Amino acid sequence: MSDLEAFREETRAWLEGNCPQSMRGTSGGLASGEDDICWGGRKFVFKSEDQRLWLERMASCGWTVPTWPAEYGGGGLSKVEAKVLASEMRRIKAQSPLVSFGIWMLGPALLKFGTHEQKLEHLPKIARGEIRWCQGYSEPNAGSDLAALATKAEDKGDHYVINGQKVWTSYADKADWIFCLVRTDFEASKHNGISFVLFDMDQPGVSTKPIKLISGNSPFCETFFDDAVASKENLVGEENKGWTIAKYLLTHERTGISDMGIPTPLNALATDKLGTVDGQIGDKMLRHQIAEHEIDAASFMFTLERAKDEAKAGGDMGAFSSMLKGYGTELNKDRHELIMKVNGSDAFEWEGQFSNNGEIARNWLRTKANSIEGGTTEVQLNIIAKRILNLPA
Amino acid sequence: MAMILNEEQQLLKESADGFFAEKAPVGQLRQLRDDKDEACFSRDLWKEMAEMGFAGILVSEEHGGAGFGLVGAGIVAEAMGRNLSASPFHASSVAAALVIEAAGSDQQKGRLLPAIAAGETIATLAIDEKSSHSPENSAMKAEVLDGGYKLSGMKTFVPEGGAADQFVVLARTSGEVGSQDGLSLFLVDRRASGLIIDRTAMTDSRNWAKLTFEGVQVDADALIGEEGKAMAALDPALDKARVVLSAELLGIAQECLDQTVKYLQERKQFGVLIGSFQGLQHRAAQLFSEIEVTRSAVLKALQMGDMGGDFRWFASLAKAKASKTAELASNEAIQMHGGIGMTDEFDMGFYIKRARVLQALYGDYNYHADRFASASGY
Repeated sequence: MSDLEAFREETRAWLEGNCPQSMRGTSGGLASGEDDICWGGRKFVFKSEDQRLWLERMASCGWTVPTWPAEYGGGGLSKVEAKVLASEMRRIKAQSPLVSFGIWMLGPALLKFGTHEQKLEHLPKIARGEIRWCQGYSEPNAGSDLAALATKAEDKGDHYVINGQKVWTSYADKADWIFCLVRTDFEASKHNGISFVLFDMDQPGVSTKPIKLISGNSPFCETFFDDAVASKENLVGEENKGWTIAKYLLTHERTGISDMGIPTPLNALATDKLGTVDGQIGDKMLRHQIAEHEIDAASFMFTLERAKDEAKAGGDMGAFSSMLKGYGTELNKDRHELIMKVNGSDAFEWEGQFSNNGEIARNWLRTKANSIEGGTTEVQLNIIAKRILNLPA
Repeated sequence: MAMILNEEQQLLKESADGFFAEKAPVGQLRQLRDDKDEACFSRDLWKEMAEMGFAGILVSEEHGGAGFGLVGAGIVAEAMGRNLSASPFHASSVAAALVIEAAGSDQQKGRLLPAIAAGETIATLAIDEKSSHSPENSAMKAEVLDGGYKLSGMKTFVPEGGAADQFVVLARTSGEVGSQDGLSLFLVDRRASGLIIDRTAMTDSRNWAKLTFEGVQVDADALIGEEGKAMAALDPALDKARVVLSAELLGIAQECLDQTVKYLQERKQFGVLIGSFQGLQHRAAQLFSEIEVTRSAVLKALQMGDMGGDFRWFASLAKAKASKTAELASNEAIQMHGGIGMTDEFDMGFYIKRARVLQALYGDYNYHADRFASASGY
């Protein structure tokens, strides 16, 4: 038996013995059932004892972040082993023990740009779900033009004093710490005066205010800094060189947004809802629309696969992530328009038991932000035009 | 299988890209058109393609080919699409060779495949009768005679029909029009008595023909595969041919984009390079995205075809997506070139005209979207 097969058997046995039954069966992921997700953090209230236990057990193996080094709270697994773990978890439909911006965003940035001390301080707490992070990027006057950000950080020797405002901060009201882009030099050109700092949100100088969206939900906040304090130990990378980290994270975020997992196929939904005639969806026009969409969606899925294989073979993703982000999010919007059509008037229910409080409509409206957040589709097209096609400025 | 070319395939790509750009650029097609060339491809080029191993790329080594597989054939087809290289490659070395390989007897394979691989025999499929692809709607009759068959009816949209030596003809030995059952394949020599070949001049300036069979008599050993069961062998072989066509369409789309981008980088209006206009940048960037997504669908289908098994879902996915993208790319290329794109002197017209013909060959976007939906279970 190869080492990998042995690892698969051990993993399977461990999961069998340690994954509580109630943590199996439903799908996790950001796209659906946000209520069931374990986000971790100081303010997080576990939905059940099983949820707490599942996180604790997985974290003890480092398997909330399987590929991070063990000394920083990770599992120290190779990419191949992590794939085995993921497939074994899928096999028993195990829910993700922990989902967070710390795992998804800050962790990779710290692993790449942080000092050993910063990694030791922050990564294990992310891995164990003790600290929940949010991302302080956009500002009222710095959206697509992110580098125009004006939140000011003044040098006070061993710390910065921060004043300004962020907006579209995901779950800022539920987060413990923030990773934040601030301006440390107002004289330099706009890309060269930005720094990347981390600080605790539990201090008098920080306040948050949720923004109610068209979906009726409030996943985003306005975040205000009024003499907030950040220790210089928590400056990541060099002062005024934060844009490099910001760009890295944006690329990472774009790749991530474009790869939100394989969505439920529309065909099952449509045949269920509309019925079939001779094995085909009865509504011919809708059948055609679904086929058109699924052709694009399948082609896109293979593009994600190809991009991963090319990256593995040493290719540089670079601006290609902009293509993935732009295409993937437009596709997801289109998908939800189709889901609305398939569900007909049922899709418009906003409250109540029939619709799980308007889940279909609220998810549909949520997708409208896909092509805005993380850089609009138009910004991605600009990047493709300039950096891939070399079109003149 | 990783979705990247292996070393051997990468070498083939470099060799094919260089070969067709040098030996068979779009200017050659223009010359053939202007000369009203009989074959509509260069016999010298075809000979060289055989020497390079391209003509036998799908034929097994046992039968004198390179046995390079579908990914290899796709690489060659994409390079030919980029240059609009005119040759019987797809008709003979891909479509006909695949059908003979799938359905032919050992004797037929041993006789035909080496000749196809050597470029000495040009074979092609004659399977459509309607203006839209639907082989099961073949009405052409094959009556059983003593020691053979008599074929009566017509075929249309036959690739390289004016130059082919051998036709692989779909005819009905039983069953009603529209039925998958009762169809059989026959090998018919171009010199057969009662066979009338009408070259049809088409938009793409290539070699197409309509065939009329006025009681053409063939021997019993002209039957390819089992009588009445042609579709079971034909459709899977056609799927492979469709994926190689998709690669050719991808090459056309890529060339449309590349030429357009180059133009946007050079052409000035209002005192600036027009490539600096966001309206054009976004059109080009969107086209780039569609082509990359198409490239993935085509590569995946080529790889799945090499793995064997039923891959109709992948084949229809690739043909549908490549057809749609080639249509978009050729339309966008003309629009972004402005007036010059409309002139015959400029090459873009050749690309849009060839694209539409290949989009339709062996099933267009709607045909394959419908088939994709059926293969997906809805």
